[in-house]
Amino acid sequence: MKVLALSGSLRRDSYNTKLLHAAARLLPDGAELEPWDRLKEVPPYDEDDDVEPAPAAVAALRAAIAGADALLVATPEYNSSIPGQLKNALDWVSRPLAKNPLRGKPVAVVGASTGAFGAVWSQGELRKVLAAMGGRVVEAGVAVGHAPMRFEGDHLVDTELREQLAEVVAALVSGTAVGAASRVAA
Amino acid sequence: MSTTEIRQALPTGTWHLDPVHSSIVFEVEYMAGAFRGQFREVDATIVADGEQAHLTGSAKVASVDVKDENLAAHLQSPEFFDAERYPELSFASSDIEAGEELAVRGEITIKGVTQPVELTGRATAPLTDAYGRERFGLTLRTKLDRTVFGLNWNLPLPNGEPSLSNEVSLVAELFFVKEA
Repeated sequence: MKVLALSGSLRRDSYNTKLLHAAARLLPDGAELEPWDRLKEVPPYDEDDDVEPAPAAVAALRAAIAGADALLVATPEYNSSIPGQLKNALDWVSRPLAKNPLRGKPVAVVGASTGAFGAVWSQGELRKVLAAMGGRVVEAGVAVGHAPMRFEGDHLVDTELREQLAEVVAALVSGTAVGAASRVAA
Repeated sequence: MSTTEIRQALPTGTWHLDPVHSSIVFEVEYMAGAFRGQFREVDATIVADGEQAHLTGSAKVASVDVKDENLAAHLQSPEFFDAERYPELSFASSDIEAGEELAVRGEITIKGVTQPVELTGRATAPLTDAYGRERFGLTLRTKLDRTVFGLNWNLPLPNGEPSLSNEVSLVAELFFVKEA
């Protein structure tokens, strides 16, 4: 089972990217996390450009989501909301809505910030966006506040946060199983 | 006009739905007026022996029919019916009572949630159609609170009011053909 991991931060030493690495170590056997690291290449959404063939990075992201069993997004928070480049990439993926690859796909959102609140508002808004796209959104999240104190390298050292992250990852993976079972049943 | 004569009991026999001419329509207040859609793939059966009658019915969520494919996709998503996990809506009657109006009580299942419901309506007198088959019509309607079934999506209007009503009307116009 493949979980695509998307970090909403472009920064090389991003805490959100580290959070995804921490999540990778919490996946059950048989599941692997595949980072998607081309977010910076996605051009600004323009309906005039939304034709076939899609811009290379857009086509790659759509294909990566289509080929994954689930999506895990780690988002920072810019001005109480979703970073523009992450939202822009999701806007590309969402078109056309009826055929977008996120439809029915389990997706979870986590976040880290250097401030106290761990991108909690950004996570909420991102869940709304992903639900509008038709994703099967895991309700629980993880808010890693004061991020510089929570990581050693890309290891999440806060036990409680690590347990929360494990729960989110477990919910994401179990959502995949249920979805697959119902697809078989149907 | 025998076709419009109203009967208050369901006619004896085993009856199968004529799915082409039947419809299950939903209607909900959306912003400034009523919005309607329907389920294209529906099925129903009535078994009636004079004393007792039993009605079962179902609709495929994936067959939801609205005028825009993106809206259809939204209605099938987990925010609404979640077609992948809950592919069917279903109804089974427990009690059918004749009266001024026909009252059909039973249980309806939407998005995996089963709730008691009462449908009211009327049945037409059976007639023999142009192909020699016996048929009759049954109209049933009810109102449901969609949030009881976990269909909670909404969008606030600028005035703070929700854009989509929680109360949804269901109207079933069903044609039944007697089993040969």
